[in-house]
Amino acid sequence: MTAATAAPIAGVDPTGTTPPSRRPARGRYGAVPSRATGTVVLVVVGVLFAIPLLSMATFTLRPVSGSGLTLVHWAALFDPAQQSNYSDLFAGIQNSLILAVIVVAIVLLLLVPAMLLAELKYPRVHRVLEFVCLLPITVPTIVLVVGFVPVYQVLQGVVGSDPWTLSFAIGVIVLPYAYRPIQANIGTLNLTTLTEAARSLGASWPVAVWRIVLPNLRRGLISSCLLTVSVVLGEFTIANVLSQNTFQTALLLLQQTDPYVGALLALAALLFVFVLLVDVSRTRSIGGRRPKKRKS
Amino acid sequence: MTTTAPSPADSLVVRGTPVQLVDVVKDYGSGSRALDAISLDVQPGEFVALLGPSGCGKTTALRAISGLESIDSGHVRIGDQDIESVPVHKRDIGMVFQSYSLFPHMTVAQNTAFGLQMRKVGRADRDRRVQEALDLVGLGHLAERYAHQMSGGQQQRVALARALVTRPRVLLLDEPLSALDAKVRVQLRDEIRKIQQETGITAVFVTHDQEEALAVADRVAVMNAGRIEQIGTPEDLYLRPASEFVAGFVGHSNRVEGVLEHGRVTVAGQDLPVLPGAVPDGPVLAFVRPEDVLLAASGLPAIVVSTSFLGAQRRTVVRLEAGFALTVQHAASEHPQPGDLVHVAFAGQPVAVAARS
Repeated sequence: MTAATAAPIAGVDPTGTTPPSRRPARGRYGAVPSRATGTVVLVVVGVLFAIPLLSMATFTLRPVSGSGLTLVHWAALFDPAQQSNYSDLFAGIQNSLILAVIVVAIVLLLLVPAMLLAELKYPRVHRVLEFVCLLPITVPTIVLVVGFVPVYQVLQGVVGSDPWTLSFAIGVIVLPYAYRPIQANIGTLNLTTLTEAARSLGASWPVAVWRIVLPNLRRGLISSCLLTVSVVLGEFTIANVLSQNTFQTALLLLQQTDPYVGALLALAALLFVFVLLVDVSRTRSIGGRRPKKRKS
Repeated sequence: MTTTAPSPADSLVVRGTPVQLVDVVKDYGSGSRALDAISLDVQPGEFVALLGPSGCGKTTALRAISGLESIDSGHVRIGDQDIESVPVHKRDIGMVFQSYSLFPHMTVAQNTAFGLQMRKVGRADRDRRVQEALDLVGLGHLAERYAHQMSGGQQQRVALARALVTRPRVLLLDEPLSALDAKVRVQLRDEIRKIQQETGITAVFVTHDQEEALAVADRVAVMNAGRIEQIGTPEDLYLRPASEFVAGFVGHSNRVEGVLEHGRVTVAGQDLPVLPGAVPDGPVLAFVRPEDVLLAASGLPAIVVSTSFLGAQRRTVVRLEAGFALTVQHAASEHPQPGDLVHVAFAGQPVAVAARS
């Protein structure tokens, strides 16, 4: 027997090929910016964002009269004696959080399966789905609300007028923001081949989706949910026209009597979204989980 | 220095299972049939290549076996079982795809273990079999890498290990080498063949590359327009093509016009014997391999049009006085230049003749 028949790849190291570098050579047309350029851009953008945030933070620390800094406005928010002043605000926050959960559920349980079906089983409806999902961004919210009013008059007779019913309307306006990150993530993968590979290895359709598709769409799904929550927390027009108490409507009313608390809560909401964004940026779409150490 | 490849572990050796396609029809509804009542009989442990141009139906045939494509009529059998109504995940197949199909969020070991997890193999047995499969393709030391940390050739090796580790009844390979560069393609091609022989698995290999098909397969089925034109050993296809299409598609051929009479064909005044066939006497197209035409000291005068270096040999195109061109394959030590006057002679018989209207 010759060595050539015995070796899997005679004389060649199977690990010899190095994966391509992620960062192309500098100085070439189309190459990614240098690290220094990236740092400068980040600093400039960071300063632009930081100035208004720091201004708001400083404002919330100013006393009503006099100079210096004080935490009195922050403390008032948690002062049991003043809870009655903020009861509408806390009810609005609660309503907005419930709305966020329901709208995220609509995205995950309706939009995502529809997108996967269009990608894997019915590619012909792909363009239709994209058109439908992007359409709401072309219509001003106030125009949409005018259309929603008669619908909600009927809806109130069926399911009542609780704030959670806003989720149907907000579920429509979040479609563009929920659709794009997921579709962008799908575009980076060959989902058809991945699912076919999984099925050829013995996975049923549900298992292939759960074990292979969804983990690879993690980044897109998280981004989509974040944007959905952001839209829900920032949505004012629909809630105001349909006379519902949400975080934004309550904040507007409170702002008129207590500008410090308005700025304080706006800052808190921004920080909340910022933390979510940082978390998303740390989530890698592939290889995010550390592999378990295998026994040799 | 060469490394010694391990023999396949017992966990990877299988008893080959026959695969049959019987009058399989697949119509995509666009007017042309992807599969036009094809029948194919693959013996246990045999390596059969489906060869043909793009759109000939070879991938559809493979996907019909895998279940990824439904069929309109006919039968697909693995072993004694009709499986046309069996879903993909219950067909017990192993498949390697043209595009890299490793799951990006899993390591090499996790990818390879996936099929075993689906079959609920215990952890200890699973780890052992994964390691054996990765050792078989020479990547046992890369078990913790992710797909994006590996080259294309390495990814296809892992895909092969992943397909084999479950000991499937049949291994289906859908142009697994197309995305690789030429050198890696040849290495992996030979390795796939070696592993198939050692494991004893029945394999169906789809390719549009005739060299690939002839090099690795026990038998090659040449497909055209949804039909199998000819199935046979590589030698059969090359030396005794059954149709004009096969003669033209498999290997290089000179298509020259001649006249068939009493078992001999006359080409440019030269009489050549032909194999007995069903073609009636009269005008024919004769298919002559380039290696059956020689540059000679005497013979038919011709002008060199172009010449290309192939390593040990050279291929030269000449134009005869009769007006048609011939490709001649000869030793690289002879290097005629374009415009040279040379003489050519036929050294062998045409591999096929076809009636010419």
